[in-house]
Amino acid sequence: MSGKEGSGGFRKRKHDNFPHGQRREDKENVTSSSALMISFKSFQLELDTRHDKYERLVKLSRDITIESKRTIFLLHRITSSPNREEILNESEVKLDAVRQKIKQVAQELTGEDMYQFHRAISPGLQEYVEAVSFQYFIKTHSLISAEEINKQLVFTLDEKEETTNTPSSNSHNKQQHTWSLKVTPVDYLLGVADLTGELMRLCISSVGNGDIDTPFELSQFLRQIYDGFTYIGNTGPYEVSKKLYTLKQSLAKVENACYTLKVRGSEIPKHMLADVFSTKADMMDREEGLS
Amino acid sequence: MTSLAGAGEGHLIARVCSALHHLPTHVLHVRLQEIRKVVQTLEQTAREILTLLQGVHQGAGFQDIPKKCQKAREHFGAVKTQLASLKTKFPADQYYRFHEHWRFVLQRLVFLAAFVVYLETETLVTREAVAEILGIEADREKGFHLDIEDYLSGILTFASELSRLAVNSVTAGDYSRPLRISTFINELDSGFRLLNLKNDSLRKRYDGLKYDVKKIEEVVYDLSIRGLNKETSGAGGEK
Repeated sequence: MSGKEGSGGFRKRKHDNFPHGQRREDKENVTSSSALMISFKSFQLELDTRHDKYERLVKLSRDITIESKRTIFLLHRITSSPNREEILNESEVKLDAVRQKIKQVAQELTGEDMYQFHRAISPGLQEYVEAVSFQYFIKTHSLISAEEINKQLVFTLDEKEETTNTPSSNSHNKQQHTWSLKVTPVDYLLGVADLTGELMRLCISSVGNGDIDTPFELSQFLRQIYDGFTYIGNTGPYEVSKKLYTLKQSLAKVENACYTLKVRGSEIPKHMLADVFSTKADMMDREEGLS
Repeated sequence: MTSLAGAGEGHLIARVCSALHHLPTHVLHVRLQEIRKVVQTLEQTAREILTLLQGVHQGAGFQDIPKKCQKAREHFGAVKTQLASLKTKFPADQYYRFHEHWRFVLQRLVFLAAFVVYLETETLVTREAVAEILGIEADREKGFHLDIEDYLSGILTFASELSRLAVNSVTAGDYSRPLRISTFINELDSGFRLLNLKNDSLRKRYDGLKYDVKKIEEVVYDLSIRGLNKETSGAGGEK
């Protein structure tokens, strides 16, 4: 079957039938008009549109993450600051700015399947949940619910934008324009799991300020969250069970802090408590490093 | 233990849990199980179609390609009903939430549909045509649809199947088919070159396309240096 006798004139034949130049030409002809190329051009457009949107969302998500982190840092200053209200107000301003970004996300996602782009925005949303629930905890000493978070994420078009965006249309139409974004239950849970880490930090820094009540309060709060998470256990999504481990560590730290306070709190002058606790914390860090 | 603790208590656990009742563990579990079940039957049907079509790679298989395609088309009827039942297993607007579960099988079905259509008409199946063969939509707005990336992935699998077909058709003595495949895959290659792919799984699969193109070019080269490309099919074997 191999037909070796045919190879006599191969040089000529090869050049006749498959010179490289000619094949290029074929390709160029192809590029212009065939049905296949036309459909691939539309695919190009569709994919580019989708990727662009994805990138824009990733960028927004990063901004949301950064601003939320800054808000959390700001809120941590509350333990040492004399002016509690001022910091809370400032954090509210910051969170409003974050919500403006989330509004843009909601606008991008109008008419889209949220889960299609979920991976792009999920980190930002989690960080936002963390920030907003941290602020809520400082204000009210309780846990914000997912519904309350979502309630704040319903946006309406405000007057300024209306004039800049579409000057021609009247305001009656515009009133119907609302966007909303729902934090998915998983994002909410992951955000709350992150919150526990912040609370642990809050606990330690409040000890530094000679505040003996907060650690006990926090330990109780964290224990309840932990109970809630263990109730979910491994029936929840994978990421949740991963966070459960970190949560356990934070809880142990806080519980140990309370223990130390209870045992030694009555013996040691308040201003030295921080030192006692910091050595304790160091020890624990080392233990964790080993395990 | 402390004076401030009154705030939350049991109500707190309830909040954490209520988040779960929205993603409710059991409802989600049942839903996932049902989706997986349907996807499994789909995979089974897809395997059957594949086995059926694999016949074309064997020498004798080249004779009754139309019959094989006919049979495959019948199997696609079963696929239609299975996909229709998959649609009922989750809310229509949560397609992408569960996408990962049927992604693989859908890509495989695209490949199979493309293969059948190619064997019948030697053209590339359009996205709309695949959607029709599978009994689903081409646009997202209309319901259960065929994601463009899944379509393209399926087409890439199909391309490597073509390079196999080119080799085997030479073995079976059909010397003209590789030339037609070569033209076709070159066109496909230039099509894919129009796309700006991200660094994802589709891109990885696209990177494999050049090897398929190369393989087919080698086959065509082998044929042309032996002068076999000029002859009618089957003649080469008689020499």
